[in-house]
Amino acid sequence: MNADLTFRSGLKDVIPTLFGYIGVGLAMGIVANTSHLSVLVVLLMSLIVYAGSAQFIIISMLLAGSPISAIVLSTFLINSRMILMSMSLARYFKQDSLLNNIGIGSLLTDETFALSMNKLNQTNHQLKPNWLHGANLLAYAIWALATVVGCLLGNLITDPNQFGLDFAVVGMFIGLLYLQMITDRSKPIKLQLLVVIFVAIMMYFLMRWFPGNIALLIATLLGCGFGMAVSPHD
Amino acid sequence: MTNYILITILLAGLVTWLSRVVPFAIIKNLTVPRWLINFLSFVPVAIMTAIFIESLLVYHAGHWPGFNLENIYASIPAIIAGVLTKSLLAVVITGVIAMAAIRLLGWG
Repeated sequence: MNADLTFRSGLKDVIPTLFGYIGVGLAMGIVANTSHLSVLVVLLMSLIVYAGSAQFIIISMLLAGSPISAIVLSTFLINSRMILMSMSLARYFKQDSLLNNIGIGSLLTDETFALSMNKLNQTNHQLKPNWLHGANLLAYAIWALATVVGCLLGNLITDPNQFGLDFAVVGMFIGLLYLQMITDRSKPIKLQLLVVIFVAIMMYFLMRWFPGNIALLIATLLGCGFGMAVSPHD
Repeated sequence: MTNYILITILLAGLVTWLSRVVPFAIIKNLTVPRWLINFLSFVPVAIMTAIFIESLLVYHAGHWPGFNLENIYASIPAIIAGVLTKSLLAVVITGVIAMAAIRLLGWG
């Protein structure tokens, strides 16, 4: 990754994360296929909802015949972390048009958010809409394609995890987190490590009472508060 | 496709889109107070840690979470690859190969 902020550079920077989209997308398509959802439903869901874990939940709840209100509420809760990510990313685009802001927000994912945070450390804390549009659009297209292919292949592959592709997402977050810690010079590494340890412990305790997606949101909020409390005051 | 599925997809898409876009619209027209910038500056590390740790744990309603041993084992070579190469692609590929090997050998 370099300091280049062009559309083309965005396409290039997002490539390492695509393995994650492909792995999870194929798995989602296969699950949808075994749940007797059509390719059209899978494509529409990937284009309209565009959210990995939420789509798995939606499929399982559709299969169970859950009320629409319950499915929509679950989706909102799982994706509410997007509010935090959008908020922390938005301040780098204040000077850009509202349309650009809406375009960036509409296709923002965990992965492109994390990628943007890494990129900031290379570019003297600047981002440009075109760079993020490039990264977002390629990720969006690959996600839709992977889920559709998964659905079509559903009858052929019974165990997509056999090849370890499902680990691509975890691996990607390991890489992005590590790179974030070593490149973000605005915070001492010791402080970042403290936040990491704090959030990890919180996750363990919170998952005693909350499913992972909710625990994740609460742990993140607590982690930010903890970070503020222990950082040197000026 | 039934109406039930279509309406679900449309509404789920709407709430997700609003979660993504409304913060952009608000921040654009607002001077963000210093404390909030400070608070939000911890979001990247905190949220990435939380997503990573979530994948290492298994939720059991009403009990302490279990451990996803496969993911924990595969994370070790992935972290080492990160420290050695500082390359995102190397971390992802090392992790995937490690996971395939763990499944092949029947560990985890």
